Amino acid sequence: MRHILSILIENEAGALSRVAGLFSARGYNIESLTVAATEDATMSRMTIITTGSDDVIEQITKQLNKLVEVVKVVDLTDGSHIERELMLVKVRASGKDREEMKRMADIFRGKIIDVTEKSYTIELTGTSSKLDAFLQTLEPGVLLETVRTGASGIGRGERILRV
Amino acid sequence: MQLTGAEIIVRALQEEGVEYVFGYPGGSVLNIYDALCAQDKIRHVLVRHEQGAAHAADGYSRSSKKVGVCLVTSGPGLTNTVTGIATAHMDSIPMVIISGQVSTPYIGQDAFQECDTVGITRPCVKHNFLVKDVNDLALTFKKAFYLATSGRPGPVLIDIPKDVTQAVAEYSYPKTLTMRSYNPVVKAHLGQIKKAMQLLHAAERPMVYIGGGVILANAAEELTQLVRRLGFPCTQTMMGLGGFPGSDPLSTGMLGMHGTFESNMAMQHCDVLLAVGARFDDRVIGNVEHFVGPPDRKIIHIDIDPSSISKRVHVDVPIVGDVGDVIREMLKLLDASPKPANKKALDAWWTQIEAWRSKHCLKYSTNSKKVKPQYVVETLHRLTKGQAIITTDVGQHQMWTAQYYKFDQPRHWISSGGLGTMGFGLPAAVGARIANPKRDVVCVTGEASIQMCIQELATCKQHHLPIKIVNLNNGYMGMVRQWQELFYGSRYSESYFDTLPDFVKLAEAYGHVGIRVDKSDEVEAALKEALAMKDRLVFLDIHTDPKENVFPMVPGGKGLTEMVLFDAP
Repeated sequence: MRHILSILIENEAGALSRVAGLFSARGYNIESLTVAATEDATMSRMTIITTGSDDVIEQITKQLNKLVEVVKVVDLTDGSHIERELMLVKVRASGKDREEMKRMADIFRGKIIDVTEKSYTIELTGTSSKLDAFLQTLEPGVLLETVRTGASGIGRGERILRV
Repeated sequence: MQLTGAEIIVRALQEEGVEYVFGYPGGSVLNIYDALCAQDKIRHVLVRHEQGAAHAADGYSRSSKKVGVCLVTSGPGLTNTVTGIATAHMDSIPMVIISGQVSTPYIGQDAFQECDTVGITRPCVKHNFLVKDVNDLALTFKKAFYLATSGRPGPVLIDIPKDVTQAVAEYSYPKTLTMRSYNPVVKAHLGQIKKAMQLLHAAERPMVYIGGGVILANAAEELTQLVRRLGFPCTQTMMGLGGFPGSDPLSTGMLGMHGTFESNMAMQHCDVLLAVGARFDDRVIGNVEHFVGPPDRKIIHIDIDPSSISKRVHVDVPIVGDVGDVIREMLKLLDASPKPANKKALDAWWTQIEAWRSKHCLKYSTNSKKVKPQYVVETLHRLTKGQAIITTDVGQHQMWTAQYYKFDQPRHWISSGGLGTMGFGLPAAVGARIANPKRDVVCVTGEASIQMCIQELATCKQHHLPIKIVNLNNGYMGMVRQWQELFYGSRYSESYFDTLPDFVKLAEAYGHVGIRVDKSDEVEAALKEALAMKDRLVFLDIHTDPKENVFPMVPGGKGLTEMVLFDAP
C-alpha cells in the first residue's frame, strides 16, 4: 500500500543521506522524497512516499525513528491529510494546439508561466494523481519536458506535526 | 581556558573517564598524538594494523562494561577500521572511534589520505560526526559518548580535520546534554509487563530465550534470579552466553544453527516464549516460515530497540525498555504473586525436555588418536574452572567453544556474532586483557582466522600481554570445509591450506612461546603448561582431526527442528 510519511529532522549536513541510505540499505522503496527547512531553520521537514505492507511500513517508521537526527515521524496515511505536488511541464503550443493547451491548463487550474512562439510552460499543483491525469490528456508528441517535486503532505484540521 | 583542538580532545576523553585508547598514528592525527604524550591519565595501546585497534577497543568494551576508544588517521587508517566498526555495530558494542581527516580546505579535493569517512562509515555506526569547527569539539565528544552508551549501544565515530586539532577555542566540557531528536525509551510500560507476567504464570510449556541484550544491559544477575524463581528452561543465543549460567540445570545451552537439540526443540514446542534482549536472528531461529510453533504460542519480547520487535517474528506482548529495569519490575510482581499456576504442566514439560536432553546431542567420537577439538575446549574449561575470558575468531572453533565452554558469567565470552569477523579473536584478546589484567584471557582460534590479524602478536609483546592462544589447527577453513562436505559433494574448493606457517616458530619470532601438540594425550599437559606461564604469551598450535564437524546443525534455510545430529560410528 502507498504511504505518505512526514519527518522532522535536524537540518544538518548529511541528514538526508542518512535517510536515503536507510531506504537503500534495507531495500525499502522511495517513490518520492521532498525536503526543505521549516520555519525553524535548524529543522527540516521531509515527505516520503513509499509503498509496502503494514509490517514493512512499521519497520520503516521504527528504523527512521532510530536515526539520531530524526525528531519525529508521522504516517499521514493514518488519518485524513492533504497532499500536493508541483509540476512544471513544457508543451508544444503552436498552430491549433496553442489554444487547446491554454484550455487544458485552465481546466486543470494550471498557470502558464512561460511562453514562446512554439511552447508553453505550465505550472500545475495537485495530488500526484491529478498531475498524472493531466499528462495523460496530452496528445502524443505535445509533451516536451516535465519536472515534478514529489508530494508534500500535511494533516487535516487540528493535526499538527511539530516539536 | 584556551586550548587547541587536540588538547580539547584529550581533555574530553579524560572527562569521560577513558583510560585506554587503541590506535595507530598518522599525518592527520599527529596533533592529537602530541597532546596525548603530554599527559599520563590516558594510556595509548599501539596496535600493528588499524583493524586491530577497532577489535581491541571492542574486546575492551565487551569485557569491561566501559566504552572502547580507538584513534586512527585519515584515509587508509580509517578504512582499515571499517571491519572492526561494522563488527561492533552488529553486536551493539559501545565504542567511540576518532579518525583524523585532511584539513578543512582540502576536503573534497581528493587530497592525500583523504576519504569520505562519514560516508563510508554511515551504514555501520550508530551515528557519526564531522567536526569542522573547533568550538563544536567538546559538545560533539559529549554527544558521542552519550550516544554510544545509551539506548541500544553502538559505535559512534568522530571525524576531525587536522586544522581543527590545531585551532584554538575556549574549553569547557558540558555537564549535561539534551538532544531533542534522541530520547531512547528506558522505562517500559508497566501494563505490558503485567500482561507478560500473567502469560508466564499461566504457561504450561514456557521457554526463556536470552540474547546479548541481557549482557549489554548488565542484567545477567537479575535475569538469573527471574529464571530460577520461575523454574523455567532457559536457552542462550551465542551473544547471550554467560547471561544465564551455562552450568545451571535450568540452562538448555545455546540454540540456533549449532544449538542443542533440547533448546531448538523447546523453542519450537513451547506455548509461552519469553525473549529477552534477543532479535530472532536467522542463525538463531532458522527459516522463519518454519518457526510457527503451536497455534496457541504466545511470544513476549523485551528489547530496548523498538525496531527489533516484530521485525522477523510477530510478537504478542512487546515490551520496549531497558532489560534490567523490566526484569526488576517482573521480580517485584513475582514477589506479589509468587508461584506459577501450572506446577503439574511444568513438570510434564521438564520431563519432555529431559527426554530431548537424553539424546546427548553434544557427544562426539573419542575413539581416535587424533585430537578432538571438542575435547580441547572441554579440557580448557576444566583447567580454567570456567573462569577465563575467552575470545574467538569465527568458524568451527567458535561454535565448539560456544558449545563446550560453559559460560557462567557475563562478559567472559567475547566473539563476533552478527558480522562473523575472522581476525577478531587476537586483537579482542588484547583489549580484554588490558581491561582485565588479573584474569586469564584465552583466544581460541583456528589456523585460518588467526592469520587475519596475526600482526597483533607484536602488540602483545610490546604491552606485555600474556594471552594464551589455542589454535585448533585442522589445515582447513573448517566451517567452509564442513559445508562443502555436507552440501557440495565434498568438493573442497579453496578451503584447504597447502602452506601454513610453522606457528611455533612464528610465535617465537615475535618473542613469545610456541608449543605444538599432535596427540590427544598431550593436550592437558600443554594447556596446563601454557596457563602456568603467567607472564608469557603462549601460542598452542594444536593439530586436530581435520574431518571433525560441528553438530548439531540446522542446514541453511531449514527449520529449527530439522537438525542434523552427530551419528556415532
